[in-house]
Amino acid sequence: MEIVVVGISHKTASVEIRERLSFPEARLPDALSKMKGISGVGENLILSTCNRVESYATVKDASGGMERIKRFFVDYHGMDGDGVNDYIYCLSGRDAVRHIFRVAASLDSMVVGEPQILGQLKDSFDHALMNKTTGVVMNRLMKKAISVAKRIRTETKIAESAVSISFAAVELARKIFGDLKDKSVMLAGAGEMAELAARHLVNNGAKTVMVANRTYERAVELAAEFEGVPVHYEDLVHEMARADILIASTGSPHYILSAHDMARVIKERKNRPVFLIDIAVPRNLDPEINRIDNVYLYDIDDLQGVVQSNIKERQKEAELASGIVEEEIETFLTWLKSIEVVPTIVAIRARAEEMRAAELEKTLSKMGDLSEKQKKQVEALTQAIVNKLLHHPLVALKKSAGYPESSSHVESARVLFGVDEKTEPDGPEESSALSEAETR
Amino acid sequence: MSGVLFGATLFLYFLATFHYILFLISQRESIGKVCRLTTIVGFAFNTVFLIYQMVDKGHVPMTNIRESLIFFSWAIVLIYLILEYRWKIRVMGAFIVTMAFVLILLSTLFAPGKAPLPEYFSSGWLGVHTTLAFLAYASASFAIAFAIGLMYIIQERQLKHKSPGAFYRRLPPLDVLDELSYRAIVMGFPLLTLAMLTGAVWANSVWGSYWGWEPKEIWSLITWLVYAIYLHARLITGWRGRKAAYLAVTGFLIVIFTFLGVSLLMPGRHAFR
Repeated sequence: MEIVVVGISHKTASVEIRERLSFPEARLPDALSKMKGISGVGENLILSTCNRVESYATVKDASGGMERIKRFFVDYHGMDGDGVNDYIYCLSGRDAVRHIFRVAASLDSMVVGEPQILGQLKDSFDHALMNKTTGVVMNRLMKKAISVAKRIRTETKIAESAVSISFAAVELARKIFGDLKDKSVMLAGAGEMAELAARHLVNNGAKTVMVANRTYERAVELAAEFEGVPVHYEDLVHEMARADILIASTGSPHYILSAHDMARVIKERKNRPVFLIDIAVPRNLDPEINRIDNVYLYDIDDLQGVVQSNIKERQKEAELASGIVEEEIETFLTWLKSIEVVPTIVAIRARAEEMRAAELEKTLSKMGDLSEKQKKQVEALTQAIVNKLLHHPLVALKKSAGYPESSSHVESARVLFGVDEKTEPDGPEESSALSEAETR
Repeated sequence: MSGVLFGATLFLYFLATFHYILFLISQRESIGKVCRLTTIVGFAFNTVFLIYQMVDKGHVPMTNIRESLIFFSWAIVLIYLILEYRWKIRVMGAFIVTMAFVLILLSTLFAPGKAPLPEYFSSGWLGVHTTLAFLAYASASFAIAFAIGLMYIIQERQLKHKSPGAFYRRLPPLDVLDELSYRAIVMGFPLLTLAMLTGAVWANSVWGSYWGWEPKEIWSLITWLVYAIYLHARLITGWRGRKAAYLAVTGFLIVIFTFLGVSLLMPGRHAFR
């Protein structure tokens, strides 16, 4: 049994190809069950997002399985294999596990650290669970992938810094003001990005929103959306004394706020700091304003610069995260090994033999005088019982070896025969109940 | 015994400084815990050392530069620990604890001062004690305002120049730094005022005059004026931000000069080594 990954992503294929190979949600049940029908394929799961289309599966042998899944991808979408085969990657064993963990932790994403992918992976897992196409290995693998992603989120700062213009504005506001509660935001002009930035600021605690617009009706309209206050455009400079943050995005061909005006405003504010965000092109705010103390002016390029530097920072954190992934691969592979058939058979035999020998010794010592021959017979009896009892389960296990269902057989056998104490438990209460039952 | 205590203090402050800088770089919570632990243990040794000295010598351990520096470091760490507990901004330790370590390290350059104390130390015991203690706490407050002011200046530069570097991510928000630096001065200023008043009363009792226009007295007055200007400008005209941070930094440099420079360079009845 091997774990494999077959798929395409933003790293290997253009969006045209990705969308042609994608699996719309409505067709997932069909695709999942068709894939399950492929010979040699056991458990499987399909992850289809706008940036990647991947299948995670357990197969009987890696190369044959990957080839068949690849063909399935192409055939299912009625495509000509020659065109897309080059874009499809196939990974198996350790590489496959690594890839799945990295995808879950958003290390393989276009924007490293973006949070959506984990949710998408959980959804895909849910679909597979609903359609019953996963089993012991895939379920364990998915739970592990989700926990690895969470661990990376808490132990690294991979998702901490802002990687969009509007979030960069919030991040900077926090670096200037700390807490944003009681801070008021002025919107001058209304653009989509300005509204978005204002929305983020409000979500992060900003209290009042004032809206100034050349057409007053529009200002009233927009202010209502934010439960804010409309401001007459001519009063903008005057009202700035009350605004801690200004987001300017008017279509004005010249500056709407001069350095001279701002100097007056800051004096009136008794030097309380102001954060000015100019996302208009051409710019709305005189760049000279930035020279004034306690005034911080960022235009669209400045914000872009912050975003760029944050992306670099995330990449640095990604290296740290890779180390965590490697660690977790080890623990997963150790578990995977434990559910292989042969070691399980050996462990069950050893356990049975241990019990048999102990019980035999106990009984013989109680029975007193027995001839050597009689002792031999008793011993033979115990051996015969143990062998007969174990015969069917062990033959069934042996037969399943290599087939996808072996993992669930092995898992059950380990639990039923109580040889499972060493592997990482799914829930601690289960394993402790088990050990309690044993001691009783 | 006192050598062991002092060595332990020095070593633990070194460890704390090392970890605070490591924490500033890595920002790992696990390292942050080591920072706090080493600082607290170092502070405990520092405290025991001071008590030991006081019992051993029978006077406040602030009779020469060496002793004063050690007491000064102790007061800085004390205020810092309260600050960290109250505000939970651990990165400040990278600046403040480092400063305390440098000061206590600096103390080893000065002789322990075996010579008998000048006579005026033994008279007006209570006066000398309170004066020196007020002075130490005031200076420690100003030291903290200085460290936070430096952080403000660095962070302000990053934000103004739109170059979000390593410090931009790690340092606290500007408004928080501005406020904390201000509060440290608000705390230090009345202590300095009290120190100067009790000092004058004490001077009168030993030298027969309240004020002698000694270099140290003049520089103390200059220090007092700088912080008075800071508070005045802040309260009346709303001075804050970069200029206030520069003034807080300058103020502390004058404190250091008054403390070390005047003692070492200028003669006078306050000169002690």
